Amino acid sequence: MSQEIKQNNIAFVIGASSVGTLIEWYDFYIFGMLATIISKQFFPADAGIAALLSTLAIFAAGFIVRPFGALVFGRLGDLIGRKHTFLLTLILMGGSTFAIGLVPGYATIGWAAPILVLILRLLQGLALGGEYGGAATYVAEHAPAGQRGFWTSWIQTTATLGLFLALGIIILIRTNQGVENFSAEWGGWRYPFWISIILVGVSVLIRMKMSESPMFTKLKSEGKTSVNPLKESFGQKRNFKMVLLALFGAVMGQGVVWYTGQFYAQSFIETVCKIDFIQSRNIMLVAILMATPCFVLFGWLSDKVGRKWIMLFGMLAAVLTYRPIYQQLLNISSAQNRIDKIDLTKTVASSVTIKTDSKEATKIYVTQSFDTAYTDGAVFKYTKTDTLKLGATYNAFIPIDSLNPSLIVSKSAKPNVVIEKTLGRGDAWSMIWLVFIQIVYVTMVYGPIAAFLVEMFPTKIRYTSMSLPYHIGNGVFGGLVPFLGTLIVEFSKTAQNPNGDSLAGLWYPIGVAAVCFIIGLVYLTNKIDKNVMD
Amino acid sequence: MNSIKKLLGYVWMLIAPCIILFLVYEAYDKISNAAAATRSNVILQWVIILLIFTPICVGFFIFGVYASKGEYDHLPASSTEID
Repeated sequence: MSQEIKQNNIAFVIGASSVGTLIEWYDFYIFGMLATIISKQFFPADAGIAALLSTLAIFAAGFIVRPFGALVFGRLGDLIGRKHTFLLTLILMGGSTFAIGLVPGYATIGWAAPILVLILRLLQGLALGGEYGGAATYVAEHAPAGQRGFWTSWIQTTATLGLFLALGIIILIRTNQGVENFSAEWGGWRYPFWISIILVGVSVLIRMKMSESPMFTKLKSEGKTSVNPLKESFGQKRNFKMVLLALFGAVMGQGVVWYTGQFYAQSFIETVCKIDFIQSRNIMLVAILMATPCFVLFGWLSDKVGRKWIMLFGMLAAVLTYRPIYQQLLNISSAQNRIDKIDLTKTVASSVTIKTDSKEATKIYVTQSFDTAYTDGAVFKYTKTDTLKLGATYNAFIPIDSLNPSLIVSKSAKPNVVIEKTLGRGDAWSMIWLVFIQIVYVTMVYGPIAAFLVEMFPTKIRYTSMSLPYHIGNGVFGGLVPFLGTLIVEFSKTAQNPNGDSLAGLWYPIGVAAVCFIIGLVYLTNKIDKNVMD
Repeated sequence: MNSIKKLLGYVWMLIAPCIILFLVYEAYDKISNAAAATRSNVILQWVIILLIFTPICVGFFIFGVYASKGEYDHLPASSTEID
């Protein structure tokens, strides 16, 4: 009976902690999921790749401040308790997410728009920096000995499920609203930000009912809590050396594997493979859903065989297979590889459409799309838009073909070409499996990491000590994967190879994971600390 | 194994400043070669990268120092050893 009550109690602890953490991840990720639209809304229309890079930089800024959130809220958590601290982080996160949805676009308030978004994004990062360490510590301090990996692995699923929730809500709204309404300045892309306030409200109510961690309560009643957690965590060599080991021997590798599998993969499929918005997100959704149970599997397994080897195997597999996996993603989406499958009976060119510029009546955009259909059900859509400057105001009643060539003053040297590919069922599944493999690596490195970190540090400075390496590893090393990956590909572009090496961005996660693997292999122990009460 | 740990400590100590130098060189190269229109953006990107990775490299160097001094020869079996 008592065992059953204990199980019910831990189930409530897991449930309540996980819902809040899941919502924080949701809040954090909708920004990344909507990066392409945000870059258009909050930056000048003609900024192109610079706008996307700037958006990714703002996205990355949220990650970069996570270690500072870890310091601020970790210290609070070790001083006043876990429960109230992660309640505070939840409210901060919900508030700033909601506010992002209220910021007018660049077209309305100019540069104030990206600046406001940046500030709110920094607040999001601070909040997340305080949340995760608290939730993981709270759950671990409730978990029975010998089952810590299993129980904390539920908290580990929240990051992926938060991503799943973000993707699901975005797809739902976009499908219902259509592309134009979704992407407008006050369009549907803002709804996921607004929905956050409801989710956070529910989670705050649940968390209010939770009691403080039994270990922290015991320490507090005995007057043994830390007086200065920051000094004790990082000012004393005995603990600081373990913080460095946790970062360089486990978390930095885990961070890059996590963000490559779940973020870079999506960005790559959408912007490099040019798979259309909905299908690229569906591919991620299905792969995430299939792989999520593996978090609990590897968490449970880590209680039996130790944490070290599971995490290191995940890193090694990532180092060895990332390039072949991404090469395969390119092959599947390549038009050159499927010339023999073109279905000429369904391949069509649309009629030409002409739009006048809203500010210049003599500037027009001439658009035509070509849909290439394939026998396996795939459709590759190429939309080409030329910008023409006319010598006189454009008359819509005159067909473009009959425009007097002498009327055209100038034509854009490089037409804007948008490629959207929809894969057939078989190839879509191939992509799902390739993403699934990457997410299994994520579950291997991430499933056992909370238990691993909790066991490394003493109770009185646990929140502070484990939060900092976790958020440097994930926030900085991991969070920078999409930004640095895109940047490295940009650097690989030369006059001889204007498209650059699409796989060059992978060298960053591969390099970091390889170094982390070596450090973990040589320096980490596989022993499980059975007593985390100390 | 302990001698490998110590030996690798020197490798980490060497790698850390090399990464900083590499990043500074790349920053200089990319900023000087950037087109005037995008230069401010490129500068911002590299300032972010340098500001983030320099302290991490310092941490990596300290990790190397600890490793070379044998601080990781014996890892604590319980939290009481580091408390």
